[in-house]
Amino acid sequence: MSENLERIVTAVCESFGNDRTRMMDIVRELQETQRHISDDAMDLIARQVGTYRVEVESVVSFYTFLSKKQKGNIVIRLCDDIIDRMYGFERLKQTFCDALGIEVGETTADGLITLETTPCIGMCDQAPAIMVNDEIFTELSRDAAIDIIDQLKAGVAPERLLRKLGDGNNSCPLVSAAVSNNIRRRGEVIFAPLECGRSLKKALAMSPNEVIRDVKTARLRGRGGAGFPTGMKWDFTRAATGEKKYVVCNADEGEPGTFKDRVILTERPELLIEGMAIAGYAIGAQEGIIYLRAEYAYLRPFLEDVLQKARNMNMLGSGVMGKQDFDFDIRIQMGAGAYVCGEETALISSCEGLRGDPKNRPPFPAQKGYLNCPTSVNNVETFCCVARIVDQGAGWFSQIGSKGSTGTKLLSIGGDIRRPGVYEVPFGITMREVLDMAGGENAAAVQVGGPSGQLIGPDMYDRIICYDDLATGGALMVFGPERDLLQVVEYFMDFFIEESCGYCTPCRVGNVLLKDRLDKIIHGKGEPSDLVYLEELGTSVKATSRCGLGQTSPNPILSSLKNFHALYLAKVKEDQPFQPTFDIHQALGTAKEIAGRPSMHFAE
Amino acid sequence: MNDTTITFEIDGIEVHGREGQTIMGAADTAGIYIPRLCAFEGLPAFGSCRVCTVKVNGRFQSACTQPVAEGIMVENDTDELLEFRRNIIDMLFVEGNHYCMFCEKSGNCELQALAYRFGITAPKYPYMFPADRNVDASHKDVFIDHNRCILCARCVRASRDLDGKNVFQFVGRGPGKRIAVNSRANLADTDLEVTDKAVEVCPVGAILRKHVGYTVPIGQRTYDHEPIGSDIEANKQ
Repeated sequence: MSENLERIVTAVCESFGNDRTRMMDIVRELQETQRHISDDAMDLIARQVGTYRVEVESVVSFYTFLSKKQKGNIVIRLCDDIIDRMYGFERLKQTFCDALGIEVGETTADGLITLETTPCIGMCDQAPAIMVNDEIFTELSRDAAIDIIDQLKAGVAPERLLRKLGDGNNSCPLVSAAVSNNIRRRGEVIFAPLECGRSLKKALAMSPNEVIRDVKTARLRGRGGAGFPTGMKWDFTRAATGEKKYVVCNADEGEPGTFKDRVILTERPELLIEGMAIAGYAIGAQEGIIYLRAEYAYLRPFLEDVLQKARNMNMLGSGVMGKQDFDFDIRIQMGAGAYVCGEETALISSCEGLRGDPKNRPPFPAQKGYLNCPTSVNNVETFCCVARIVDQGAGWFSQIGSKGSTGTKLLSIGGDIRRPGVYEVPFGITMREVLDMAGGENAAAVQVGGPSGQLIGPDMYDRIICYDDLATGGALMVFGPERDLLQVVEYFMDFFIEESCGYCTPCRVGNVLLKDRLDKIIHGKGEPSDLVYLEELGTSVKATSRCGLGQTSPNPILSSLKNFHALYLAKVKEDQPFQPTFDIHQALGTAKEIAGRPSMHFAE
Repeated sequence: MNDTTITFEIDGIEVHGREGQTIMGAADTAGIYIPRLCAFEGLPAFGSCRVCTVKVNGRFQSACTQPVAEGIMVENDTDELLEFRRNIIDMLFVEGNHYCMFCEKSGNCELQALAYRFGITAPKYPYMFPADRNVDASHKDVFIDHNRCILCARCVRASRDLDGKNVFQFVGRGPGKRIAVNSRANLADTDLEVTDKAVEVCPVGAILRKHVGYTVPIGQRTYDHEPIGSDIEANKQ
């Protein structure tokens, strides 16, 4: 064990107070500087923070941005999303493999560059996209890819790579990202002009209960997808007893096809901070956490700066805006690559320095959340809505949208449309209107709400975007008539298998079984009974899975079976010849090798 | 009945529980068996196997984690739930490599016993035949056969909460999730002892003692005569 490593690990652990609940920060920092968390490092961390080595390994092995294996100084992650696949992912992958002389998952011989793929990085409106360490490059052409590799090989650091800066705050020095906002429609809630501090000031002039009452009167529901009434959640959290309470912002925008929170974080972070401070005031919390997905690490310096400015303006800190007895501050907790952490209890586990396993409910986070304290976890967009409600009034807000779904919704639209990007629309709009707006009149299908949502066809475009009909956290993926929808479904199932935490049986095993049977059908080997099998298995996985991931993971199959049944019928036929479920020759391979002769019973 | 008694229904039968008790706990006392694998008396509820899935006021919940509440209507022994549970048992069988005929745990294995109780002769799903499940025989008294592990976390909980050791924990995720031990690789390098509770609680043949095996003749094993859950059903008034 090198003394150097011991010194480094000790220093990192100490910088986080040797606090094992800050494990994510500790291992993230070591990953960044050491390029892996070695066996030695795990032993040292465990010793330093007073936990068991296997607990450290448990965390390291859970997140895709952490690794036990040494990685290159530069990690290139190609966004392997269905939209990226439609926009040249395979070609781009080949370009990188050829130019680097390695396959995906490998590191160049000089130890400089590791090539990986990763699910949706939130850039569907500007695919194909890649990450080079924390830097993002979008709409990447073959030439631009080769140019990036040339520069990296010549020793240019990822943050110094030449890039065309995006619009809005993407070009501000602390962001400096080649990312575009693509805000196509500004509504009156999120993207309306903002006067910093006004809504927080108004909130602090009210009592906490009045704030919650306003949020309830506005009938605000969570914008992350599940649609739980925000005021009710806050009521529960406020009413719960606990020495400390927490406000957590879910900025782990991982649902493939969703990228609206990225744009809010870039263009309206002040509104988010105000919303969180208002939440803190309403529920009686002194601390807020923004859980930021690892893919958005490029926004962190900018967000830290916005937080600092808010402290300078006394929107955060002690005695917020002159309110003597209200102290509130916010820290950023970085994720490390795990879709399931978008599930609120998994997100809390991650904040606590654990694997991103969801927790058993009850108790709900409002009773026992972060560090067992009452916690309200809300989506980025939800906090922004709150700030506007307090500022403009609950009546104003509830006039927008439809009766059961008040306010506006940010939609992230990508795929086969002419104007991909973010649209702020009032709830109650039809899918057809949205498609017209985005230039997707020829859409053959739309995946609403990401893979966990549903796939709908043209006969359903008159349906309405709201909580009671087409509910969505914001993702719309549009597919033109030339796309193979079963391939899309297959991709989504692969995604869920990859992202399942593995805690419960149905999600861990059932999704693999679903995907295998789907493959069989796609390859023309399916029978009509296989469709019944998918239906029954999918229903079973939905019913018995422990968290939202498993309860929605069969949706791509179930919704396409329902809405695009003909696609399946065209693939299956009666009386298929016998199909072995395994290859007997392959199964006998090891035995034949040991025996040094071919099988006597199974001819080659 | 005192004030703290909570009254609710399981399949139309009135059941009494107390504050803080789970549906499974109350059902056990009432002599109603809810099938389970990860749940184990004396260990904190984990809720991972999902075999104990019941319907509470129309919503699916795991009986081992769901607290009792006044007036709730619990469905347990319904065709729908029996089908879901059978599917989960099938999934566990195909996920690993379970060769009951020569497993030392046969006859005492809770997974096998559940399959018998459910009348499963062969799983409906295709076997996955995982080739990456190894055996750790490094320890002098105990071995781990990962082929048979169903990831129930009984050993994780028992080692942590009863033995005070933390020998086991999960690593990886999704289908790649595995039980790992608190050392770089081998069980021998941990402080596990053969007398640890963690060794006893394994429902299947994944953690077994060395130097003993097949000690109980067929016909006298735990589940040879009565199906799993009979002990609980014997509580029925």
